[in-house]
Amino acid sequence: MRLEVDAITVIFDETVVLDAVSLTVESGEIVGLFGPSGSGKSTLLRTIAGTLRPDSGKVILDAQDVSSVPTHERAVGMVFQDNQLFPHRTVGDNVAFGLKMAGIGRADRRGRAASWLERVGLAGFDDRETDDLSGGEAKRVALARTLIVEPGIVLLDEPLTGLDRELHDRLAHDLAQLLRATGSTALLVTHDADEARIICDRTVHVTDLGA
Amino acid sequence: MNPLPRTLVTALAAVPALGLVVFYFWPLTTLLVEAIDGRSVSDALTRHQTWDVVWFTTWQALVSTALTIAVGLAPAYLIARYEFVGRRQLVAVLTALFVLPTVVMGAAMLALLPDSFDRTVWTVIAAHVLFNLAIVVRVIGTMWEHLPIDMEGAAATLGATRWQVFREISLPLLRPTIVGAAAIVFLFAFTSFGVIRILAAPGTRTIEVEVWRRATQLGDIGGAAVLSLLQLAVLGLVVLWTSTAQRRYGRPIDVRVHARRRRARGRRERSVVAVISGLTFAVALTPLVALTIRSFSTPSGWSTTAWRTLGRSEVRPGIRIGVDPVAALGQSVQTAAWATTFAVVVGGLASLAIVAARRSGRLLDIGLMLPVGTSAVTIGFGMLITFDTPPTDWRAAWWLVPVGHALIAVPFVVRTTNGVLQAIDPRLSDAAATLGASPTRAWRAVVVPYLWRPLMVGAGLAAAISLGEFGATSFLSRSGDETLPIVIEKLLGRTGSLLQAQGYALATVLAIATITIALMIERAGDTAAIPGRRGTRRSDGRY
Repeated sequence: MRLEVDAITVIFDETVVLDAVSLTVESGEIVGLFGPSGSGKSTLLRTIAGTLRPDSGKVILDAQDVSSVPTHERAVGMVFQDNQLFPHRTVGDNVAFGLKMAGIGRADRRGRAASWLERVGLAGFDDRETDDLSGGEAKRVALARTLIVEPGIVLLDEPLTGLDRELHDRLAHDLAQLLRATGSTALLVTHDADEARIICDRTVHVTDLGA
Repeated sequence: MNPLPRTLVTALAAVPALGLVVFYFWPLTTLLVEAIDGRSVSDALTRHQTWDVVWFTTWQALVSTALTIAVGLAPAYLIARYEFVGRRQLVAVLTALFVLPTVVMGAAMLALLPDSFDRTVWTVIAAHVLFNLAIVVRVIGTMWEHLPIDMEGAAATLGATRWQVFREISLPLLRPTIVGAAAIVFLFAFTSFGVIRILAAPGTRTIEVEVWRRATQLGDIGGAAVLSLLQLAVLGLVVLWTSTAQRRYGRPIDVRVHARRRRARGRRERSVVAVISGLTFAVALTPLVALTIRSFSTPSGWSTTAWRTLGRSEVRPGIRIGVDPVAALGQSVQTAAWATTFAVVVGGLASLAIVAARRSGRLLDIGLMLPVGTSAVTIGFGMLITFDTPPTDWRAAWWLVPVGHALIAVPFVVRTTNGVLQAIDPRLSDAAATLGASPTRAWRAVVVPYLWRPLMVGAGLAAAISLGEFGATSFLSRSGDETLPIVIEKLLGRTGSLLQAQGYALATVLAIATITIALMIERAGDTAAIPGRRGTRRSDGRY
């Protein structure tokens, strides 16, 4: 899926967070998004996902303007820095959540969630509680939960921040491999040039995208 | 922290403990032992009427609770998630409704209805909903505000509609909080007394009203005591069920990421915010406005007669109304002043003792909380039948009503004060000790100074509770010494539009007094900050 962000402007309480930001991510391309803290990177991801409504500008997916399409109909997946796993559901139910929303039957859901857990190296974790997971494990669950529904665009908001160096490097490679294997179009917010080099096709700086 | 000398801790705990034993445990024991015998139990339990009352009390409480939660969720969400013009005022208005004395709430609902309107149980339920809306909005709203907004976003990106996000994510995470809020609302509705006395048609009785009726109108002390006990048992079960349910549904949620409130964006969102906040304002304010308007309304048109004649005990030459509104105002202020003094002294001493004694302090803490869980009517009733023989025939003593009020208010003072005292960094005492201060000296320098501010807040709470207290006072006040709520109930129960208008006028006075106190407490609470810990903890628990 091709993503086009056209002159998005977001203003919070008279502070201009994004000023006519434009960006294109080609289908199957993985783009790294750099920028200092508070420069609006996460805000840009939220407007693309549709959880935040911009003051002006358009979000275009495959030549279709989705600016007024609600989040759940956009086919945009998102991995959050702090994972946002649902604490009242098991690991398996977290991974299968998107399938449940799509109306897929229980047995099918369980099978597909199990195979995705295996794919991210967590075979047999289905019935675990989310608060028993280590940082790296929780990250893998969050990735599986997003990728299982095969979203048209994957947004990743500093997904590897806060992990120790060794785990970070291993996960960066795993993530690159997963995104490539699924042919995902992705936009990755990061502070880490090495991480971007491992995962992304190219990088852009958020402050270069605005007016 | 260096332990304080045992004698000091004992001395601090002595007065609260003695008060609790004499004015709570003794009356309650008397109620159980003296008033209840085999016959009164079998009489009460085989009487068809008893089970009618129990059934009515239960179903109206369940319906009130369900409706309050249903009505309160939308404003709770609004207050948790959005910043909008009038947000603070909306919270303030809801809080004002919650602190209104029950008789004032009853009067306000009554004022809203046309004279010819049948007083059905639904009016009572509407009053309960309105009354308890603030609990739902504040308790659930606060938790909702702490649910990470990104978690809802995560669900939406996985294909969940707004309704599915609510059902699958927010609702399950809010469930322990909703159970907690529902339990409080249920307890209030189940033990409803003032609202029913004012608003319900004759014959509509909760257990609480039936206890009062049997004890004071029918002289059936045994029957009243059995019902009191039955009620106590139900309340105990509800508390037990709540804590079990909360433990079962409870999930640790990472609330470090505070979801920030934001302004509504886009026309649709803005209109939803406007409609919900507008409706909530209207629902909350209408009864209060109606109350005031009714005090100026007479059959011959608008007039200030009701207000002007408040001071006269004769409405027309020769026609006395049997109660003196202005004297009642004086009586209420005097009672509130003494009740506040008792509650603050006892509550302050208790707090210091509880914090200093640590583990054994828990016992005093729990003991002092018990009167909150006991209905006011049971407390008043117990005191009435206990203190009726010399040398403890205190029925005519001026201090009995204030003591009854203080018993109900002390737990609130303790809760307010304890929160602050426990937040004081123990290292401050250690620092004082290293500078050569003895434990007592260090305690006086470090702990005691922080007592005054929460005590002021506690004093406000105690005054508001005392001004509006109706249940216990119904038993303890004597003819000629009536407080405002008692007189309001009497006036509104009379026929004659002037007497009713006077009732509404007095209810307006009481409403203004309690709302003013509540707003002062809110302001004091907002600025109460304690140094000593990293960051600043405010009395409402926010940082």
